[in-house]
Amino acid sequence: MRNVITIARKELNTYFQSPIAYILIAAFAAMFGYFFWSLVYFFVRASTQAQMTGRAMPMNLNELVIRNLLGNCGVLCLFMIPMLSMRLFAEEKSRGTIELLLTSPLKDWEILLGKWIGAVGMYASLLLFSSINLIFLFAYGKPDWKPLAIGYLGLLLQAAAMLALGMFISSVTQNQIVAAVMTFFLLLLLWVFEWMSNMDQNRVTEILTYISLLRHNESFIKGVLDMKDTLYYLSVSFLGLFLTARSLESVRYRG
Amino acid sequence: MIQVEGLTKRYARNVAVDHVSFSVEKGQIVGFLGPNGAGKTTTMRMLTCFMPPTEGTATIAGFDVVKQPLEVKKRIGYLPETPPVYPEMEVGEYLQFVARIKGIPEKEVLQRSQEAAARCFVKDVYNKLIGKLSKGYRQRVGLAQAIIHNPDVLILDEPTSGFDPKQIIETRDLIKSLAGDHTIVLSTHILQEVEAMCESLVIINKGKIAKSGTVEDLTRRNGAVLEVSIPNGAPEASALSAPFSSLAGVSAVHAEPSGHGLWRIDVDTTAAADMRPQLAQIVLAKGWNLHRLDSASLALHELFLSLTSPVAAVQSEQTPSEENEQ
Repeated sequence: MRNVITIARKELNTYFQSPIAYILIAAFAAMFGYFFWSLVYFFVRASTQAQMTGRAMPMNLNELVIRNLLGNCGVLCLFMIPMLSMRLFAEEKSRGTIELLLTSPLKDWEILLGKWIGAVGMYASLLLFSSINLIFLFAYGKPDWKPLAIGYLGLLLQAAAMLALGMFISSVTQNQIVAAVMTFFLLLLLWVFEWMSNMDQNRVTEILTYISLLRHNESFIKGVLDMKDTLYYLSVSFLGLFLTARSLESVRYRG
Repeated sequence: MIQVEGLTKRYARNVAVDHVSFSVEKGQIVGFLGPNGAGKTTTMRMLTCFMPPTEGTATIAGFDVVKQPLEVKKRIGYLPETPPVYPEMEVGEYLQFVARIKGIPEKEVLQRSQEAAARCFVKDVYNKLIGKLSKGYRQRVGLAQAIIHNPDVLILDEPTSGFDPKQIIETRDLIKSLAGDHTIVLSTHILQEVEAMCESLVIINKGKIAKSGTVEDLTRRNGAVLEVSIPNGAPEASALSAPFSSLAGVSAVHAEPSGHGLWRIDVDTTAAADMRPQLAQIVLAKGWNLHRLDSASLALHELFLSLTSPVAAVQSEQTPSEENEQ
């Protein structure tokens, strides 16, 4: 366990020692701030209109602001995850530091679990920065915190699954750009599978719809902790980790 | 300490290492010598459990590299060809990271990393970013990484590449000082390095061992070298070689002036017998002054070139029995 923590700490430090962490945090904060501002703007306008016309409309911060905000975040994930996952193994391979890791008394699963936890930790710190915006909601309104927490958990689980897939792709190449592009298209594909739900229902479209990564986030965003969706994200994460382990083994054989 | 038996690494199209066998005693420094692409790095990667062999076995300190890789990894320090350092880390931070993944207890991590830094002369850059260091410093940080957990076996892939002459000498001294406690395998294609550091030698070419043994054995040649000066008059080369060529067991004699009034005489013998006493007596009987009398030795570069040239490779393939005798 100590080995896993050592690797995870090193990964997290690496993000913060290179500009990538700060660029992503700044970009994410800006995007999130923009989403937040525009959603709050519409919410305020709608509520003043409701007051002026005198019609009492049920206005809910959770439903109108937070739900949309988290939904947008999920999509933003698609663009940010490849930038986080691309370096995990590709960089080690191109620098030759993979030789240090693979000739140290570490088990393969300790290495990849550590790296994955480090990357998930990096994403968690992005989310943490974004949550500064939400302080204002609590200061001026009365949103319910429980669905918000579940929404954030959903985002984290979704990112964990995406990062595991991204890590696998990063382990099959030593070129970070290649890893990022491949991961992006894989995630994009997994996203657009959602459209299948609008097509004729048959086995194939049903399966593809179920595979879609973003679809499983809907329940979390609504504030519902669904066991089925949690299990989905955990099993995709496990699949990614498992494939990475296989790929590390082949790195050994091919050199 | 290291036992290698029929180690083979086959890729889809070619054989990188072909049935390599050798053994290394505890505390020895062994040089792996061979041209680029001979299979030195691949052999080292198999010894360090980085990649499994296709065939054959290797044991380090009694542990098999395939069956007990974790035990082997605990006992080896490995410096690959490019030092495995993270440019965005500070030297100290890096060494502490390595100390942890090598399994050093948490309370010793700081002390061990400082010790390793001091031993490899990188203490003065302990708080600098590795990315800002010169190549020589980076290489030494790589060396510090390899010795930090005090391993039984050190495997160094071209440890002095990229050094300036002063650093080369310092690093050689460092490596020599590590022998004794550690068993060291180092690869190189610099011949002086082998002469300066190694006790025994494995010459590898095209994935096969061309020759192995102690440096002394490998470079020994049957015969002797004399240097004499003649007190009166300028002699003829034939007059100098004549007394020796009549001696039993001598196959060829060659004499030539070597400057400062000295003559160098090479005497080749058919058997490995040491003929130096007889040669000395002849010199004294003739009334010449004896300046030097050595058993003949082959320069390492001659040996290396004869073993690794394409012609030699073909010959050794055709006469495997000769190889076995060596």
